[in-house]
Amino acid sequence: MLIKKPDSIPSSEITSESVYLQRRQFMRGVGGLMLGGMSGLAHAVPEYPIDADLPRYPGPAWLQPQIRSSVRNNDYSTSETPAPYFNAITHNNFYEFGTAKKNPAQYAQEFKTDPWKVEIAGAVNKPGHYHLEDVIKPHLLEERIYRLRCVEAWSMVIPWIGVPLAEVLKAFEPTSKAKYVAFTTLLDPEQMPGQRSYFSTIRWPYVEGLRLDEARHPLTLLAVGVYGNALPPQNGAPIRLVVPWKYGFKSIKSIVKISLEEEMPPTSWNLTAPNEYGFYANVNPKVDHPRWSQATERRLPSSLLDPNRIETTLFNGYAEEVAGLYKGMDLKKWY
Amino acid sequence: MVLTARINWGRIIVWWSLFLSCLMPLLWISYQAWTLNLGADPAEEITDFTGTWTLRFLWLTLAVTPLRKLFGWSWLIRYRRMLGLYTAFYALIHLLCFVTFILGWRLDLLWNEVTERPYIIVGSLAFLLLLPLVVTSTKKMQRRLGRNWTRLHQSVYLISLLALLHFIWQIRSNYLEVLIYGVILAVLLGYRLYLKLRTTHLLRMSKVHSS
Repeated sequence: MLIKKPDSIPSSEITSESVYLQRRQFMRGVGGLMLGGMSGLAHAVPEYPIDADLPRYPGPAWLQPQIRSSVRNNDYSTSETPAPYFNAITHNNFYEFGTAKKNPAQYAQEFKTDPWKVEIAGAVNKPGHYHLEDVIKPHLLEERIYRLRCVEAWSMVIPWIGVPLAEVLKAFEPTSKAKYVAFTTLLDPEQMPGQRSYFSTIRWPYVEGLRLDEARHPLTLLAVGVYGNALPPQNGAPIRLVVPWKYGFKSIKSIVKISLEEEMPPTSWNLTAPNEYGFYANVNPKVDHPRWSQATERRLPSSLLDPNRIETTLFNGYAEEVAGLYKGMDLKKWY
Repeated sequence: MVLTARINWGRIIVWWSLFLSCLMPLLWISYQAWTLNLGADPAEEITDFTGTWTLRFLWLTLAVTPLRKLFGWSWLIRYRRMLGLYTAFYALIHLLCFVTFILGWRLDLLWNEVTERPYIIVGSLAFLLLLPLVVTSTKKMQRRLGRNWTRLHQSVYLISLLALLHFIWQIRSNYLEVLIYGVILAVLLGYRLYLKLRTTHLLRMSKVHSS
């Protein structure tokens, strides 16, 4: 007896995954070509291979079309291969969700990142509490593939999606008094178990800061996505800073406040251990952390067969772009 | 007449159970590594894991004497050497993991780490101090060295403090785990200090009485 499924679809009618992905990529390219007249912008964000058993983070409805029309900025992207998605979403330093690298992926999944408000404060003409949507919507999102160097001497290559901080700041019209930018992470012990710990030496909320010229540097990015999707909560959703020439702890996550300041703002790790972490925290192989060397780093993914240890470079390889910011400064003194 | 050596099956079973139990952490982490289940940074995971178990075995070894004296479990002494040797065994594996998986046998880096990094220096020193204890762990050596054997093996107190320091020096922000290990060690060493003070006190008292 012949058994036939009545509703079976002939396999010839099923779009193969590769064709489907090519179509999506093509559509992204069209969006990019229409929006980006600038050099280096007309490149579609590719589909990244994501294992079926790993979570994807599409993000809020208002963000999805903007992410889909985002384009790769090749001028500011490294040609190195990005880390596998798995490594990027399971190996995080986000102490609000625990101090082990795997903790944020375990404990941040219920973290509520939409709706989200960002306070813009200090020396600006347009201060206020803004919906994240209103902060991001006016801008074209770009993909930037950056090296990320952790102060703990490991590194990864990450494809971020975001907007240059300079563009966002401009929209709120900083005044001539502004010399620094201060950032604050959400304070919410109910959602963030790390903030409930009695044994943490960090005082919450986490705060970070940049000099205004650093903040306005074209490499400095406010990221809302990675790997062609929205930011996962463990990576600092819904909005985080990315400063690729500085150690990772400068790239503050889940930002709720951006304030333009006249004075150098306090920064969390500097408050915790001032002899180990400075305000600048520029990647520098010649200036060691007091407890470990910064001369080399382990580029993740590494396997047990190959630690993948590479030499660390000045300003994490971005010296050509950013060395001018620190002309005449003693980098050993201003670590 | 047939002489039958009495075999103490109970003792053999306990010995083998303990011996195999102590191997479990190593087997478990090896299995995790084999099935690629160590997460995004297997090198750090496996080095942390073997380091933590070194500390646990050392603390267990140090717990034998207080447990014997407090609860009268004198039979525990039979297994102290095994626990001590497992401490050294896990320390060796921890060291090999660090040199192989983290440093990739880059000898230039190894030299810098061993000479310049405070927590590596302290850890290496603790490991080196374990070696004479391993070499003199046999019954034969114990007999040959006599009172000096006890004196030599008291260096384990110093080793435990160095091991704790090796741990403390790696704290980034959260000190809960280190605090737990520190409190347990304080109890283990504090109990010995208490015994010693009591003995000297009693001795002095008896001298006073006899004179």
